[in-house]
Amino acid sequence: MLSNLGNILLFINVFLSVLIIYFASQNIKTSGNSISETIYQTTLLQTTLIFGCFFTLVAAFITSDFSLINVFENSHTSKPLLYKISGSWGNHEGSLMLWVIILTIFSFFFLINNKTHPKNYRLFTLIFQNIIILGFLSFILFNSNPFTLISPAPKEGLGLNPILQDPALAIHPPLLYIGFVGSSIYFSAAMASLITNYSEKFFAKSIKNWVLISWVFQTLGILVGSIWAYYELGWGGFWFWDPVENASLLPWFAMTALFHSLIVLEKRNVLYFWVIILCLLTFVLSVTGTFLVRSGILNSVHTFANDPNRGIYMLSFLCLMIFSSLFLLFKKYRKNNYNINFNSKETYVLINNWFMLFYLLTVLIGTLYPIFTDALTENKISVGPPFYNTVIIPVVVIFLFFMAIGPNVKWIKNKFDNLISLIIIFILALIINFIIVYFFKSFTILSNLIIISSLFLIISSLIDLKKSLEKSKFDLARIISHLSFGFLILFIGLNHNFSLEEDFNMKVGDTKSFNNYEIKFKKLEVKNFKNYKSLIGDLEIKDKKMSQIKTLNPEIRIYESPSTLTYEAAIKTNIIKDYYLTMSNIDRSDFYNIKFQKKPMMFWIWVSCMVLAIGGFLRVFQNAKSN
Amino acid sequence: MQKVIKFLTTLIFLFVIVVFYFSLNKDPSYQTNSLVGKKLVELNLESFDGDYSLRTKDFKKNNFTLINFWASWCSPCRVEHPILMSLSKSKKLKLVGINFKDKKNNAKKFLNELGNPYNLIAKDEIGKKSVNFGIYGIPESILVNKEMIVIKKFIGPLNTRDYNEILKIIN
Amino acid sequence: MKIIIFYFIIFLNLSSSYAAKKNIDQNQIYKNLRCLVCQGQSISDSNSDFAQTIKLVVKDLIKQGKSEKQIYTFMADKYGDWIVYKPQLNKQNFILWVLPYVILLGGGLVIFSIIRKKRKKF
Repeated sequence: MLSNLGNILLFINVFLSVLIIYFASQNIKTSGNSISETIYQTTLLQTTLIFGCFFTLVAAFITSDFSLINVFENSHTSKPLLYKISGSWGNHEGSLMLWVIILTIFSFFFLINNKTHPKNYRLFTLIFQNIIILGFLSFILFNSNPFTLISPAPKEGLGLNPILQDPALAIHPPLLYIGFVGSSIYFSAAMASLITNYSEKFFAKSIKNWVLISWVFQTLGILVGSIWAYYELGWGGFWFWDPVENASLLPWFAMTALFHSLIVLEKRNVLYFWVIILCLLTFVLSVTGTFLVRSGILNSVHTFANDPNRGIYMLSFLCLMIFSSLFLLFKKYRKNNYNINFNSKETYVLINNWFMLFYLLTVLIGTLYPIFTDALTENKISVGPPFYNTVIIPVVVIFLFFMAIGPNVKWIKNKFDNLISLIIIFILALIINFIIVYFFKSFTILSNLIIISSLFLIISSLIDLKKSLEKSKFDLARIISHLSFGFLILFIGLNHNFSLEEDFNMKVGDTKSFNNYEIKFKKLEVKNFKNYKSLIGDLEIKDKKMSQIKTLNPEIRIYESPSTLTYEAAIKTNIIKDYYLTMSNIDRSDFYNIKFQKKPMMFWIWVSCMVLAIGGFLRVFQNAKSN
Repeated sequence: MQKVIKFLTTLIFLFVIVVFYFSLNKDPSYQTNSLVGKKLVELNLESFDGDYSLRTKDFKKNNFTLINFWASWCSPCRVEHPILMSLSKSKKLKLVGINFKDKKNNAKKFLNELGNPYNLIAKDEIGKKSVNFGIYGIPESILVNKEMIVIKKFIGPLNTRDYNEILKIIN
Repeated sequence: MKIIIFYFIIFLNLSSSYAAKKNIDQNQIYKNLRCLVCQGQSISDSNSDFAQTIKLVVKDLIKQGKSEKQIYTFMADKYGDWIVYKPQLNKQNFILWVLPYVILLGGGLVIFSIIRKKRKKF
């Protein structure tokens, strides 16, 4: 029943998209600057129905309707309600539903929110957006239909992978998708702008909030994903440069570059084509990322089931997108005058873009390179964290300095009158760095540089904050974001530098001593829970210096549906540091591998990333107010 | 100049897409097949009973040797065992079994129950020696020639197709 | 600008003198080796049988006085290039290591040329 309803709604949605494209192209031909009521109504209907379609799927998950293959494969009656619901988007087919919803909502809100802009520009945006919607709807219908039936209907589902049963992972996909599916709207808008020659700063105005919103959600999505990886994977890290993580980072770089350039386009009316390229690039990267993750051509932590047909569909879609946008761009491209001074804010924004593109392309090259060597030379290689760390981190140091100086530089032409204050800030950063190093007695050159440069950024942002509070001329959003980015890098640097990691093979009753710590394996309990059995270790960590004792209980869980073994880390968080303990069984012995990690500043890494996103939100509100 | 850039951009995208297309049908999981053609060196394995140490020269006597890594706790090893038994009938092939991270008694029980196909048995109790052979999970089998050059690697249990292939190579 | 240039020179000097002092950190090596039986995990992150064995072998190699680089070469020799997370700088991986820097330089040049064009007009 639900299956039929879902399929009918999908078909109606296809029909509505076609209808909207038809109405819009009719409307373009008419004179006057108003969009016909029919289009608004159809778009509203489209949005409502796609929600209906999505809720049908959610309903199937809640009621555990195993006549749907998708529900059968990803759910189980014994699962908590939250995970039944999140299970609906935790798989490939369901997540595509989420894609289409976000495409549709953004399309709808872009249409009704930009009434001051020319009719044809808005209509073309609507048309392009609906073409994308059609592409994904047909992908769902012909290849990845979540409403496909299975007969006879099984009595019980296979269950959702237990490591995916986590609140962070329940909200991670929606956040991330709002981010990179949201970028579709400025892809469409950029195409429309090329066609209608709507290029001035008003174009920048029409898309800037959309860019910011998608950036904020992308940031939050990445954050929540990292938090999940930290708590759930039990490896003690939060970023692994895994291809899937990289795929979410690529559009983030492009968005960051884009909203900085948009400021220049809005203020100075230059860089139009560059902005267009970034708009197009962001969504192309989002789709490329999805293609890489879903087609199974990459070996990664999070692989979705492999299906070459799926890959071919997405690749053709990607191909169509890339070449149509290239064609349009080349056709409309004309040389323009840049009119930018060496020492001006414009230059600094360009520098931001320069670094962003460097990060973007480095990550892209690193991610794709193994695919290329495999395809061209049959030799499989791995490109992992050491590559990214060696190439990217030294460049971050320089970037942070520019990031500190840039915002205070004036538009058009600037004089360096604040050189002395910069030197003072620099010296201050040096001193603080050496205090840190002196107290913790551990350093590498690179981490020193990271700490100094991030302190430089933090101090100058703080001074900016003070100045803007005095003047009442607020640029709070920027200051908050730059400041928290400085803190983010600082905390990551400290975390990297002062982490401690030891692992032992221990039996119950053993005690091991290392550095200032002593670790004692007190006992091991077996407990039965609703849908899993758990081995719970009872370990004591003693900090000899502070004579503090902490008890940690790492677990090994044995799930039945589907049958899997997961390792639950025991984490004791406080303001300054986390203790992170994992326990795993060693096959064919009664020893357990106990891995202890001290991770400083974890809490602050999450906080600064959060504040970074809040800065973006603030800017959206400021923009909305000033309009 | 502009034309060149346009042309190059299109070409780069085209190239990437073509590579993606061909990669789609490839298996993304890794197998150590690239090691075929390498020479195995520095072998020093203790024999199963601990009375003899297995050296490179022991391999030089036969034209072909199949080095099989197995253990009593490994259930796929049971699956491939009949194939090893049939292979042991071939005179052109010697079988060397390396008992991997196993207990001696269990291993003996295993062989008594299912038969002993091996000409020589060595042991690798901790598993460190097997790293020299590029082993990452068992069962794995390596077919080498007189010069100790790897001709073929079999990852996972041997099946009848592998069996026919081995016979084809040695004959 | 001057600060940055000055700073960079210090950085280059220090980093070269620093490289000589570094001693072998086994955790670092575990992190840079890939666990072949896992999905995208390093030896350090994994508790599989395979990872345990590799850890033992790495410890042995360190005891034998092998350098970090020699250990990677040893592993790549036994298991293929796939096992090392840091691709070695060779003919095949040349583009991987050099292209990012080419992009960095190229980007700088583009910005520079945009700004210079404007200056000439005055």
